[in-house]
Amino acid sequence: MSSPKLYEDKLPPIPFAPVFKAGYLTLSNQGWSEVIPVLESDKCNGCMLCALCCPDGAVRASGDKVSFERDFCKGCGLCVKACRKGAISLKAKE
Amino acid sequence: MTRAFLSGNEAFAQGVRLSRVQVVSAYPITPQTTVVEALAGMAANGELNARFLHVESEHSALSAAIGASMTGARTFTATSSQGLLYMAECLVYASGGRYPIVMMNACRSTALPWNIYGDQRDSLLLADSGWIQIYAKDAQEALDLALIAYRVAEDPEVSTPCMVCLDGFTITHTYEAVDVPSQQQADAFLPPYRTSNRFDFEDPRNLAFSAGPETNYMFKKKEHEGMLRVFGALEKAEKDFNEIFSRSYSGALETFATEDAEVVVVTLGAVYGLVVEAVKSLRKQGIRAGAIRLRLIRPFPAGQLKEALSQVKHVAVLEKDISFGYEGAVLSWVRAAVQKGGLDLNVCGFVAGLGGKDIPEAYIEYAAKTALSGFNGTRFQGFDEEDL
Repeated sequence: MSSPKLYEDKLPPIPFAPVFKAGYLTLSNQGWSEVIPVLESDKCNGCMLCALCCPDGAVRASGDKVSFERDFCKGCGLCVKACRKGAISLKAKE
Repeated sequence: MTRAFLSGNEAFAQGVRLSRVQVVSAYPITPQTTVVEALAGMAANGELNARFLHVESEHSALSAAIGASMTGARTFTATSSQGLLYMAECLVYASGGRYPIVMMNACRSTALPWNIYGDQRDSLLLADSGWIQIYAKDAQEALDLALIAYRVAEDPEVSTPCMVCLDGFTITHTYEAVDVPSQQQADAFLPPYRTSNRFDFEDPRNLAFSAGPETNYMFKKKEHEGMLRVFGALEKAEKDFNEIFSRSYSGALETFATEDAEVVVVTLGAVYGLVVEAVKSLRKQGIRAGAIRLRLIRPFPAGQLKEALSQVKHVAVLEKDISFGYEGAVLSWVRAAVQKGGLDLNVCGFVAGLGGKDIPEAYIEYAAKTALSGFNGTRFQGFDEEDL
């Protein structure tokens, strides 16, 4: 399943109702966040508990580990709490 | 076309059946209950080919209706009073989302004290919700408005949900002879609902998303403009309605004897019938009286009202509600239309019929005569010599 992509084109004419072609993320959640999630691969066992807990669908399976979709991540840290291996940490944005 | 002896609610249910509604989601509340009972019966025996959802509350009723409308289904719900207020947060959702749901509101008093009888406090409280509000005067109009409401609401230039208001008990529960049109006539008047504002597996869309400070106001402007296009859509719909059903309606306002009137009583709903009788009585007494019935409350027909009142000298607004701490809501809007229209006349208000209190013809004559005397304030039925 492909995930929505950030709409980065010029603002289209506003439709008559809040309805628009699907597949776009209008704002990046990274605007809210002051941190980005980082995975220590060696500690990750691919259990997917982090993906299950993420309220924004920012965690995806990647091979037999996980990866993060940064546009969706708001930095809430639920994945860090959920991980039983301590494989995830939140790093301050540069 | 058949003739049947029906209550306002039963007549409305016939109108909903003829509109080929696809989803009905409702919760019972007096005095709306018999509409949804009739529709449930029709859905059960196949007379109405619709999914009937009996939900656990009015909030759920409108939420489910919104969900159904988002799939492109023609959707119906009905409520009253506390039920309308319970679903209030969903009303703005439906109007902002531009889903053309039709809702019958049986106008009933709001608590406390508890009261199940008819007045107009419930619907008028939600005049700012973004829903079209149109008021019937009898069971025949109620049936006809079901069809007209869908036709206007679903017009792509309008795309706004519509509340059809029937006075609680006075219209909902009284019986009269009603012409029930044929399905063929209804189909000629009301085409199936087609829209791009819906989920679609072939061409996926996002609906009901957020809009921040940069864009929110643009959606709200479009919402307002959609509502203003109701005047044109209603006129066109009623012209076609007359051609197909041989019954004519007069758009935003209905008037009686206003052409040469010096005093006009403005009102809404079923009491209009009695106002017309009072006008005839006043005329016999040598008073040039007239009557105006506001069919549309939203959009508010300020321009049409100004035209109708252009030669009039005194106006009495008779309504079954009050905005506590000020005056009747309809009075305020009529005053504003008069001022905006540059008319030089006095407008006064009569808050009557609250909690189902009977409005006798004598009270309407009293209102007209009080307006004639130049009164500019508000009187409250039952406290007749006090100015509010």
